[in-house]
Amino acid sequence: MWEDLNLDLNAHDALLGVLGKVYGDIYMAQKERPEGMDYFNFVMTEIHGLRIKELLEEKKQGRKIVGSYCVFVPEELVLAAGATLIGLCSGADFATHEVEQMLPRNTCALIKSSFGFKLGKACPYLEVADMVVGENTCDGKKKAYESLKKIVNNLYVMDLPQMKTPQGRELLKNEFLRFKDSLETFTGKPITPTDLKQGILTVNAKRRALHRLASLRKADPAPISGLDALLANQVFFYDNPARFTESLNALCDELEERIQEKKGVVSEQTPRILVSGCPMAVPNWKLPWIVETSGAVIVGEESCVGERGVRELTEESGNSMEELMEALVDRYFRIDCAIFTPNQDREDHIREMAKAYKAGGIIHYGLQFCQPYTMEAIPLEKVFEKEEIPFLRVETDYSMEDVGQLKTRIEAFIEQLQ
Amino acid sequence: MRCAGIDIGSRSMEVVVLEEGNVVAFRQGETGYAPLEQAESLLRGLSWDRLMATGYGRSLAAQAFSCPAVTEIKAYARGARELSPFATTVLDIGGQDCKVISLRENGKVKKFEMNDRCAAGTGKFLEIMAATLGFDIREFGERALEGKDILKINSMCTVFAESEVVSLISRGENPGDIARALHTSVVLRALSMLRRIGFSGELFFAGGVARNRCMKHLLEAHLQEEVVVPEYPQRVGAYGAALLAGE
Repeated sequence: MWEDLNLDLNAHDALLGVLGKVYGDIYMAQKERPEGMDYFNFVMTEIHGLRIKELLEEKKQGRKIVGSYCVFVPEELVLAAGATLIGLCSGADFATHEVEQMLPRNTCALIKSSFGFKLGKACPYLEVADMVVGENTCDGKKKAYESLKKIVNNLYVMDLPQMKTPQGRELLKNEFLRFKDSLETFTGKPITPTDLKQGILTVNAKRRALHRLASLRKADPAPISGLDALLANQVFFYDNPARFTESLNALCDELEERIQEKKGVVSEQTPRILVSGCPMAVPNWKLPWIVETSGAVIVGEESCVGERGVRELTEESGNSMEELMEALVDRYFRIDCAIFTPNQDREDHIREMAKAYKAGGIIHYGLQFCQPYTMEAIPLEKVFEKEEIPFLRVETDYSMEDVGQLKTRIEAFIEQLQ
Repeated sequence: MRCAGIDIGSRSMEVVVLEEGNVVAFRQGETGYAPLEQAESLLRGLSWDRLMATGYGRSLAAQAFSCPAVTEIKAYARGARELSPFATTVLDIGGQDCKVISLRENGKVKKFEMNDRCAAGTGKFLEIMAATLGFDIREFGERALEGKDILKINSMCTVFAESEVVSLISRGENPGDIARALHTSVVLRALSMLRRIGFSGELFFAGGVARNRCMKHLLEAHLQEEVVVPEYPQRVGAYGAALLAGE
């Protein structure tokens, strides 16, 4: 199967070896994990196995696979076109030497990683995808797609607005309409209002399950670790939507029981942390691993792989194509990504989340060289300091070279909260 | 009650034992490549009721000696408060890192800054530069104190700074002046961290680098204020850990 996908078998084996070990050391070493996480363990062990087989099976039946790197790509439209959307690998350093022949060294780890998986031939999702959707978010990604197009021949680039003005909304709407047309041409299947409505219902159901998980994390003691909750948010991008929703709801049922029994993964009064900032794609578990092995628990992620990505639902009441498309544009236009200027909503959301999840402190996670988020971090730090909410600004990448220093900084921050 | 603190830093380790708040034992050694053996040998023959580990090797020590651990940030804050009750900010320049800690009125950590990746602007930087100039570390500080402020080192990167030094030597510049410029570059970096944290009030300067008289002199010259350096700046972490062990 792997050879058919044109993967580099040695590199892929090496990747899976490392992934398995890291997963064991970080995830399986946790105590008091809910039984419902067994499903997510299974998904992770089969992330480059059964799931790929399923996708190949879908392809055999004529279904198209669309890959994406961003939460601005509307899964509702992809599903409505009878295709499947999957998140593409961008959470680990890979084939760094080859990458640096195409990108400047001071490019963020996430962009470098997406190139590395292509150049190193190690991401089966990318190889399975019939269409890869890039999006003009930050300058780094926007320019990188020009180079990515040379190695990914089925790349489609979607433009995005940078201001929340009527003109900005118009731009997003036109881009969504263009994407809809492209999907229809690509799949040969016209999208009907019924299809789109069904797509909206399916994706909203996934999001509602994550909302349920988020709200259960308000409990003290925390019924689930931040690492496990992050994993659920990460699997959101890979899994079959209906199965994901069902498994996550089963996990939430168990967490509800735990809360009633006052059972947690940590004791009551454990310092609670809100993580805010750049997305963490599989297998980027570095920061939460450090935080949760330093005596604190993460209770929320203000992140694309987290609440920023799923906070908003799409209005479901419309019936005509016009109404449904408007609802879709409304929904995505509310995302408070740092590419928008100004971006006051994000500050407000961080504040609301810290309060709702009773976080004692906020750790801002910035990927080195990610201008939009690292720039927002400085004024955010000042604002929250004024409000006496402890705030730690971290800038890092996927390498392990700074783990010692990070651990000292994060432990000292947690000491401040005790 | 006898309380002990052990601070395992990247370059050196210190042990302090307190009896009713007074230092009754103080030992120091290089961390080296076998920190646990070194720690055992430093602790040999000492007795205590409670032990607290801190520093870069704190988790290792906590495991080996079944004791609690705190970060060096908390330990330095505690030690500094005890030694200088009016200090509002602590600057700790150690072997491989540089930290700035601002204190609340009650002595608790309010905010801190720390270099996050490389050893630029730390003891290790000064050590390598001293070797490039052929000075031992003590002589390096003394010569810098006499040096003139006529040169500038532009790079904070140890490797790049070393090549700057080599070219200054080959230009025939006075080694004391070069030493002065190197000290200034470390001080400017510390000052920018101090500014980031919003420094005001009394500065407490600790860590091994605080023993360097030129560093203290240059800091005072730039801040135009007196800087407090304790008698044993390198043992503030172990001392703070010992105090925390008793609390």
